[in-house]
Amino acid sequence: MSGAALLAAADTAAGGFPLLNALIFVPAVGAAVVALLPRSRPDLARPLGTLFAAIGGALSLSLAWQFDTANADFQFESIVSWIPALGISWHVGVDGISLWLVVLTSLVVPLVLAGVDPHHDPKPYPAWMLLLQAGSIGAFVALDLFVFFVMFEVVLVPMYLLIAGWGHEGRRYAAMKFFLYTMSGSALLLVAIVATAVLGSPDSGITFDLVTLATTQGLARNTARLCFVAFAIAFLVKVPVVPFHTWLPDAHTEAPTAASVVLAAVMLKLGTYGLLRFGLYLFPEASDWAAPVLVTVGVVGVIWGAITAAMQRDLKRLVAYSSVAHMGFIVLGIFAFTTQAVGGGVIQMVNHGISTGALFLLVGMLYERRHTRQIDELAGIQSAAPVYAGVFTVMMLSSIGVPGLNGFVGEFLILIGSFETRRWWTIIAATGVILAALYLLWAYQRVFHGPPAAADRTTPDLRRGELATLAPFVVAAVALGVYPKPLLDAVEPAADKLLAHFSEHSGFELVDPGAPVVVRDSGDSSGEHSDAEPSEGEHNDPGHGEDGH
Amino acid sequence: MAGFESPAVDWWVLSPQIVLVGAVLGLLLASSLVPRALPGWVSTWTSVATGAAVVVMEVIQWNSEGPIARPTLAGAFVSDGFSLLLTMLIGAGVIMTALVAHSALDRYGMTPPEFSALLLASAAGAVVMAGANDLIVLFLGLESLSIALYVLIALAGRRATARESAMKYFVLGAFSSAFFLYGIALVYGSTGGTNLSHIGEFLRDHVLLDEHLLLVGIALLLVGLGFKVAAVPFHFWAPDVYQGAPSPVTGYLASIAKAAGFAALARVLFVAFGAHRVAWAPILVGLAFASLAVGAVMAITQTDVKRMLAFSSVSHAGFVLVGLSAAGGAEAPQALASVSNEAVASAVFYLVTYSFMALGSFAVLSVMASDGGPSPDTVEQHPLSRYGGLARRRPVLALAFAVLLLAQAGVPLTSGFIAKFEVIRAAVGGEGYVLAAVAMVTAVVGAFAYLRVVLVMYAPDSDVDEAPVRARANRPRWGGLPRTSVLAVAVAVAVTVVVGVLPQRLIEWSAEAVFALVP
Repeated sequence: MSGAALLAAADTAAGGFPLLNALIFVPAVGAAVVALLPRSRPDLARPLGTLFAAIGGALSLSLAWQFDTANADFQFESIVSWIPALGISWHVGVDGISLWLVVLTSLVVPLVLAGVDPHHDPKPYPAWMLLLQAGSIGAFVALDLFVFFVMFEVVLVPMYLLIAGWGHEGRRYAAMKFFLYTMSGSALLLVAIVATAVLGSPDSGITFDLVTLATTQGLARNTARLCFVAFAIAFLVKVPVVPFHTWLPDAHTEAPTAASVVLAAVMLKLGTYGLLRFGLYLFPEASDWAAPVLVTVGVVGVIWGAITAAMQRDLKRLVAYSSVAHMGFIVLGIFAFTTQAVGGGVIQMVNHGISTGALFLLVGMLYERRHTRQIDELAGIQSAAPVYAGVFTVMMLSSIGVPGLNGFVGEFLILIGSFETRRWWTIIAATGVILAALYLLWAYQRVFHGPPAAADRTTPDLRRGELATLAPFVVAAVALGVYPKPLLDAVEPAADKLLAHFSEHSGFELVDPGAPVVVRDSGDSSGEHSDAEPSEGEHNDPGHGEDGH
Repeated sequence: MAGFESPAVDWWVLSPQIVLVGAVLGLLLASSLVPRALPGWVSTWTSVATGAAVVVMEVIQWNSEGPIARPTLAGAFVSDGFSLLLTMLIGAGVIMTALVAHSALDRYGMTPPEFSALLLASAAGAVVMAGANDLIVLFLGLESLSIALYVLIALAGRRATARESAMKYFVLGAFSSAFFLYGIALVYGSTGGTNLSHIGEFLRDHVLLDEHLLLVGIALLLVGLGFKVAAVPFHFWAPDVYQGAPSPVTGYLASIAKAAGFAALARVLFVAFGAHRVAWAPILVGLAFASLAVGAVMAITQTDVKRMLAFSSVSHAGFVLVGLSAAGGAEAPQALASVSNEAVASAVFYLVTYSFMALGSFAVLSVMASDGGPSPDTVEQHPLSRYGGLARRRPVLALAFAVLLLAQAGVPLTSGFIAKFEVIRAAVGGEGYVLAAVAMVTAVVGAFAYLRVVLVMYAPDSDVDEAPVRARANRPRWGGLPRTSVLAVAVAVAVTVVVGVLPQRLIEWSAEAVFALVP
């Protein structure tokens, strides 16, 4: 019966081709195909794996193309009953918040698969990467708590094996630490998910459906807060924020280059995405209640990450700590509760994926050449490898958040949006931007400038294949920095709708960050406000005052 | 009429026992009457066929009669969904154990007909335990199961560890039987009966002025069954016995013997003492806490894989107890029935899925032993280092073991995850939030133990220090591996993955199974 239910045709709102399911299952099938390749042809594994990943990438582009930016609801929805006895169904859908993360995931994995050589065991490597792609996309599009948890956990296994199998010297310690940290977080998450479903389901019966649970809001206030705390801890470990961040530098440093890139570009986003989708959306009142703590934690992450990054001797560790700082910004943005800040947070997730992903690729390439990542063992690379240095400069500036490159857009929106509701936190966080410039430029100066030693002088420049791998990152960084409108167009309606839902259920009075504080009309009710001065382009609020489910 | 009328017998209900005992007698007769030694495959296929027959008969009963209670032998034995499902599990366990043992018996110096006869005899005892509705019958089942198991372990007496293991199991098992018997006596003394349904009715209709005798009786029964399921603090025998016993027998001990113990526990507690939930539920909660914590913490300190699995089995018993205690813990009387049903169903689901994981895991250990160790003396030892680089030497075996270990750790898309999910749901439904949280935290602690093995198996060559292990790296994938054991591993992995992805059917079955059990 369950088998028949699964085999039943997917009920897609968009009609016809179940694009999201394909995005998940094409890489998953690819992983199986690669794993079943005969042992005598290990050379086939990587091209075949790249092909499957690239099909996923192409599908994601078509998803972005067909996506209706005017529609703030979930699109391309697909519901198939999975375990009816528990009220669990395979429910996936995408909105403006998850769309670009899906696209990012689907494009980054084929790029690193094609561009980074694993050096040994060529067969399992692409299989694990493909599983990583499938699981991450599954987590981003899941609209059922059970499905989300399954995907959230499933991605741990391939990442664990990638770090443990293809990593550097301390890989076993790092892999174990990574797995146990995230799994401890999700242990309580599972209890909270079950509690949310058992206690918060509507009278019609138990369900794990996110949209139903979020609309019903059936939990008592204190239960909801407890559950939120469990959810938040699981996600904060994943983000990670101080003090749960210590797994990240180890995992990043010891992971092979491709795994580092996917970890930074995709897996950290599971945490911040989870805070949005399963924090703000599912527990509005509790999010409002916990916001001061979370914002503080985010800002502490920004400063802590930046200062620690400046102290690092290992270039890869430095980039890893810069991740902590950047992710802190996103947490600040999410819990500032303004359209700009939340939208900026989503955009920063994508941009951090692009810039930090590229930086990890670059550091990996340098390690291939010099077999060291120690900053003081490198000098004057610029004269030996000018193209490499050029690409590094662009991605570094993007990470710093220099205007004209992608990193600026998200950070700027977060700071603007947060200033209204979280003024002092924002002021402190803004110093993080300066610190980012400090530690990255200082590292750049030490590695690329100065007189090159003998080994540095013979460092070969980028090969054509490496340049081709990096090119999409550079193009995306410049393009999204100059013209971020396509991103913003999709994100804003979804962020607006999420905040309207949040405000309706939490009583939080939304503010319009564009309007000057003093002239704000005090008669505004919580659900609506005048969009007198939209600060970003044609900002409008279609979803305000109604829930629209 | 001489004043005695023999009770009506529903032979169909008793058919599994009859088939099992018949096969035992047939095997013993044949092996003593046939002039030459019976070839090994005759015994193995007799066991497999008998196990299959048991499963088929129970499936037929399930389909024709449904999971309603059908008592027979004057109510001393009952066939309901619970006993049918558990008996199917026992049948499957017999098949798996026989397949694993087929190639391993030579190694232990056991004669195939004796092994099969004892295996089937213990299975008959387990089937009696699953359906016993009378404390005396339950005791008979318990003893048939246990005595057959003592001998099964002692049969491998060439090794000192096996002798020690059998002795330890025998002594502690005898102790627990004595506790159990004493409990029966006290319960009989306070209720005037040994029939579980009668006790249940009596306790529902009457209020005892002095309950002490009854409560002590319940406690003693719990102690006796706690030994069988290896719940902390009655687990001390388990690591030594599991480690010393031949691997196929260990798998059987960890799955079927445990399942039979839990079946008896559930039936005694819910049918006879359902009205005294308040008395025994806290004890179950305490046992669950202790088993979860001790099992997980001790598992991570082990350096021997077999011993680690033994402690992890203790922790899994804790999870089953979480499910059972959730059934007893619900406070609201209206919600009681549905919550209890769900909770017991979750425990049954856990038992079924864990049994396959345990059978599969110990089957892998058995295959490893037949694959030859660093030296002939250490074939039966399973230090962690022996699994170093297994993924390179035996990629498929390593993958199968990894799946079984990850399932025990509760990774999604395996049956272990759904089982934990069900138990947690039951605990939350019974308002046992703390227990649920502790269970999940210990699951993470335990995960470390399983992951360490996976990590070692998938370690690259440079990390494997043992030269002889590496020297044999170029053998064919399945070369020299016993095919029947490999088949058993494959079945266990298939069940684990299929139930992990499509659990609906088994969830329904578990729910139907407990329907007649919890009043």
